[in-house]
Amino acid sequence: MSFNATRPNLLAAPGVAWLVAFMVVPCVLVLSYAFFQRGVWGGVEYTFTLENFARVLDPLYAKIFLNSARIALTATVVAILIAYPAAYAISRAPRMSQPILLFFAVLPFWSNYLIRTYAWIVLLNREGLINNLLRWLGYTGEPLSMLYTESAVITGLVYNYLPFVILAIYSTLSRLSPELMEASRDLGAGPIRTFLRVTLPLTLPGVAAGGVFVFVLSIGNFVTPALLGGGRFQMVGNLVYDQFLTANDWPFGAALGAALILTMIALLLLQARATAHASGERKGEAAQ
Amino acid sequence: MNASSNPILRIEGVGKAFGPVTAVDNVTLDIRENEFFALLGPSGCGKTTLLRMLAGFESPNAGRILLEGKDISPLPPEKRPLNLMFQSYALFPHMTVRQNLSYGLEMERLDKAVIRRRVDETLATTDLTQFADRKPEQLSGGQKQRVALARALVKRPKVLLLDEPLGALDKKLREKMQLELKRMQHEASITFIIVTHDQEEALVMADRMAILRDGRLLQVGAPEEVYERPADRFVANFIGVMNFIEGAVGADGLFRAEGLEVKATGNAGPATLAVRPENIVIGPPGDQPVSGAIVDIAYHGLDRVLHVKTAATATPLQVRIPASGAGNWKIGDALSLKIDPAKCRLFQSIKRGTPCPRPLHSSRKRPSARR
Repeated sequence: MSFNATRPNLLAAPGVAWLVAFMVVPCVLVLSYAFFQRGVWGGVEYTFTLENFARVLDPLYAKIFLNSARIALTATVVAILIAYPAAYAISRAPRMSQPILLFFAVLPFWSNYLIRTYAWIVLLNREGLINNLLRWLGYTGEPLSMLYTESAVITGLVYNYLPFVILAIYSTLSRLSPELMEASRDLGAGPIRTFLRVTLPLTLPGVAAGGVFVFVLSIGNFVTPALLGGGRFQMVGNLVYDQFLTANDWPFGAALGAALILTMIALLLLQARATAHASGERKGEAAQ
Repeated sequence: MNASSNPILRIEGVGKAFGPVTAVDNVTLDIRENEFFALLGPSGCGKTTLLRMLAGFESPNAGRILLEGKDISPLPPEKRPLNLMFQSYALFPHMTVRQNLSYGLEMERLDKAVIRRRVDETLATTDLTQFADRKPEQLSGGQKQRVALARALVKRPKVLLLDEPLGALDKKLREKMQLELKRMQHEASITFIIVTHDQEEALVMADRMAILRDGRLLQVGAPEEVYERPADRFVANFIGVMNFIEGAVGADGLFRAEGLEVKATGNAGPATLAVRPENIVIGPPGDQPVSGAIVDIAYHGLDRVLHVKTAATATPLQVRIPASGAGNWKIGDALSLKIDPAKCRLFQSIKRGTPCPRPLHSSRKRPSARR
């Protein structure tokens, strides 16, 4: 074996070892619990069963699954709708100021997730900043109950994952040659048709990457629904959390987790394949 | 000979500044219907900015742009019946060749069948029929160039603007495409305005050309006119090869440099004599008035260029002679030469930096074209 052939493998070894030791092994261990019965006082009794998976399909839990998916999807759509114009504006700003604008877009991300989520409680609660502001502006009715609603959960999710979406869309927008948009205008398309037929189609990979990111992280999230949803809006993440720490039903929690992870992997593979398809097609064509 | 009979496009006192930098400075220019017009100049001379103002991507700070008598300066690019072929081609990577061509016609909301027919026609005339279903990535540089041209042509613009259209092609293909472009321009009978920094390209293709420098228009004319009667020292140097001899015009009206005397009339004072390599006659030593020695010989196939050291100039004079039957000149040979006074130009500077052309050629330029 030549030096050149072995080196890439050697370089990847520490990363692979880390992943196997701290990601693959624990995941497999936890997931394997799903095939056993629950212990009487928690833990696992090693008797093989498929009952846990059957329970996942129970309408009660399926409903929570679908509900989580709906909330995650809403958060994804809202995040894209906010992130796209922001990314567009940044990509059209003078070259010099783009890194600064991106820095500010990502800034919230450098603070603690919990602190950021608690900040929303301060903002949204009945005696919170928003209600106080409304009262100061002359609003006299009942204070708005914004906290512990589904909208609060979605707001929290969007807020937390927005930087990723902005970055993902910005990266495709900034690589787009402005001459393509000019060519479209030159050929008779106004700004709107130029956006719909040239800019948007060419930046869809960035939208998809950012979107899958928000969706996958949202559907499994349990902190935001717990804090901003007040436990009234259970998502799959909360359910898994409860099974392990409250209900002491580790095997069922593991089965729920398996279902969640499979959903995520399926989505990520789908997105990866779509991206690979797009770029692979290009490579294949160039080779002809 | 050619009074600006039919200007399809009139550029009237157009100026453009980017902050403190003046890119285009008070340019006035008439482009005639169906002509192949070249905007020529070194990089940074403002030719591309001028073209982008015609296309509508930059708005002039001063002046007007009239298309068939109508001021189009306030119109956005999509409302102008002009099309631009981009230097980078700017083909839409997510569309096939056919979709790229159809795009502009779809924007005109034409009937599907009409679009199909016109795209098919244009694909045929540009030799692209077999590539109709390919994506831009599957095409070679020359093919992409043709698609870019076809995409603009299919719109049947009143004026087609081409920004360095052949810049990315290799020499052989470029020469082929120069003639191809000329042929297509002729067949489509569309006015072409091409931007180029390549003087040879402009000489080959253009019916008329404008030479720009630092945003200002120096000269407008047919290639022969510009080559034979350059308006100033810069144009003389920029187009083709030119020998410059520094000297002075005496009270007797003769131009004199060290060991050289030419009957080129001008005002008394310092002057520069410009002569093309092909307009110097050589002979054996003593045969002609100026003596010199060959320091270098460059063979170009059809002709030979002798570099001749004389007392008149610091850099050797270039003399072009036919390669065949040119005598047996060798490096180091002594010879004599003569400059034909009818075929040279005299540039006299009145003020520092302001070249003053002899009023030999029919200067029809408006005063506003030059400052």
